[in-house]
Amino acid sequence: MSGILEISRLTVTLPTPDRPKPVLSDVSLSIAEGQAVGLVGESGSGKSMTARSIVRLLPPGARVEGAIRYQGTDVGGLRGAALRELRAGVPMIFQDPRAHINPVRTIGDFLTEALRIRGRVGRRQAEQRAVRVLGEVGIADGGRRLRQYPHELSGGLLQRVMIAATLLAEPKLLLADEPTTALDVTTQAEVMAVLDELRRERGLAMLFITHDLELAAAVCDRTAVMYAGRVMEVRASAALHDDPLHPYTAALTAARPSLERRADRLATIPGRPLSAFEAPDGCVFCERCPHVREGCRTRRPELRPMSDGEVACLRAEELQAASHG
Amino acid sequence: MAEQIKEPILELAGLRKTFGEAVAVDDVSLTLPPAGAVAIVGESGSGKTTVARMIVGLERPTAGRITACGRDRSAPPRSARERRRRGGEVQIVFQDPYSSLDPRQSPGAAVEEILRLHTSLSAPRRRERVAELADLVGLSDRHMAALPSALSGGQRQRVAIARALAAEPRILILDESVAALDVSIQAQVLNVLADVRERTGVAYLFISHDLAVVRQIADDIVVMRHGSIVERGPAARVLDEPGHPYTRLLRASVPRPGWRPTRKEQEKA
Repeated sequence: MSGILEISRLTVTLPTPDRPKPVLSDVSLSIAEGQAVGLVGESGSGKSMTARSIVRLLPPGARVEGAIRYQGTDVGGLRGAALRELRAGVPMIFQDPRAHINPVRTIGDFLTEALRIRGRVGRRQAEQRAVRVLGEVGIADGGRRLRQYPHELSGGLLQRVMIAATLLAEPKLLLADEPTTALDVTTQAEVMAVLDELRRERGLAMLFITHDLELAAAVCDRTAVMYAGRVMEVRASAALHDDPLHPYTAALTAARPSLERRADRLATIPGRPLSAFEAPDGCVFCERCPHVREGCRTRRPELRPMSDGEVACLRAEELQAASHG
Repeated sequence: MAEQIKEPILELAGLRKTFGEAVAVDDVSLTLPPAGAVAIVGESGSGKTTVARMIVGLERPTAGRITACGRDRSAPPRSARERRRRGGEVQIVFQDPYSSLDPRQSPGAAVEEILRLHTSLSAPRRRERVAELADLVGLSDRHMAALPSALSGGQRQRVAIARALAAEPRILILDESVAALDVSIQAQVLNVLADVRERTGVAYLFISHDLAVVRQIADDIVVMRHGSIVERGPAARVLDEPGHPYTRLLRASVPRPGWRPTRKEQEKA
């Protein structure tokens, strides 16, 4: 397959005063050209760390094993200009746009700076291009916006400015880390609509990080569920949402209240989400799993192909047969 | 709840709040029955948090009346005693559990302090009560003895709920109190809230933007937009057959499989 991004057996360990702590282990994930892949998980599951690994924005001293290939090139070997090139070509948008823009510079400065310095484009031409990308994200009066400051824009509008900024580099892959979490639902719908259009019009591939399984199911072609620094299940989004193979995915779906009906009690997952460094031996989810067997505590399940995707659970076939039988 | 006619435990009548020229809350009236659960739903700028802040006395209403437990609280309390009495009637849990606890005080001490202030329990009885409250929200002795920095967000939020319940309020205001929690923790806290209401008869004013959470917790829903109420009714009716176009928009904006996000209009401002 023609993957624009191939992550294979990515393991990241961070140094701490007492001992090195793993944050990701054996993460494998691929994104095809123009495809949107959702990365879903709770706090500490490693989803942001996975995205940061792609553009090598890891904390100092991080040890990286495994490989990440972007358009066939191993990003681990990139240095200097080549690394800057990668970061410019694979832009990232974040949850809080206000934390990622200089509040005392105008939107115009923000959008044209890279073009003028890196691309050596003249001011007028840079501004024209800025207005054009603003138009692409649905901001019609771009000329006026260029002269405004971040505080004059609402959160949703500012997030669209961020998306517009990423387009200036003509990216093939966009990393989006909870880009709509801080927004109101109606604003979230608008920002998602913009991202959706860009994907279709530009053939933009996207790694979309979210804690919201329903949002991933709605906007991504495939979804990967992470837990304690590992990928638990990767499948076509709708299949994963409607008919989860991994007990963790199923538990996550069941724990979320429904808009359609009120549950007598919500199905809870005992305990709390674990980070990779506190995960038990064997399956990382075994201590909270309702289907745990003795073997789950000793053998760590690998991510392996099953039905239309991949799953890391020793009992997946058995459980699937039981739920369909 | 509709069949019984009970004196409301909380009543807001014609509540209004302006900040300079801006009208944050405009003519909001609602009632909360004893042991009821009413949700205020809305987006940023809807005025839902300002309503909550007026009820607990963090903002002073420009106009209108707030009655809790049969007593008017539209004006600031005139004495420490009155302030404390109000605290015993209405408590609030905020969204961010990281900024609502004293970092140097253990959860056990925080809850004990409230018991000392709001009840006449003896020291041994207070210790028992701390353990009961911890149990109610699903925290262990170890959690209650730790410092907040050693606890996760969900655990901290449960501490905040336990502390609020320590005052034995008749009304608990939950202002986006589960919004920042992980899905699996959120489910635990929502179940705890349902249990607590059943066991203690506390009434909830639940402020949220999350319609699915609201459906799970509330009997009635009030939808606010730009400071005013645009729709109200039983939770199932408002969510299944929304009458106001704005409620329909909110409902349609919730992502689900097969959902196609759409651009609403050209942006304003």
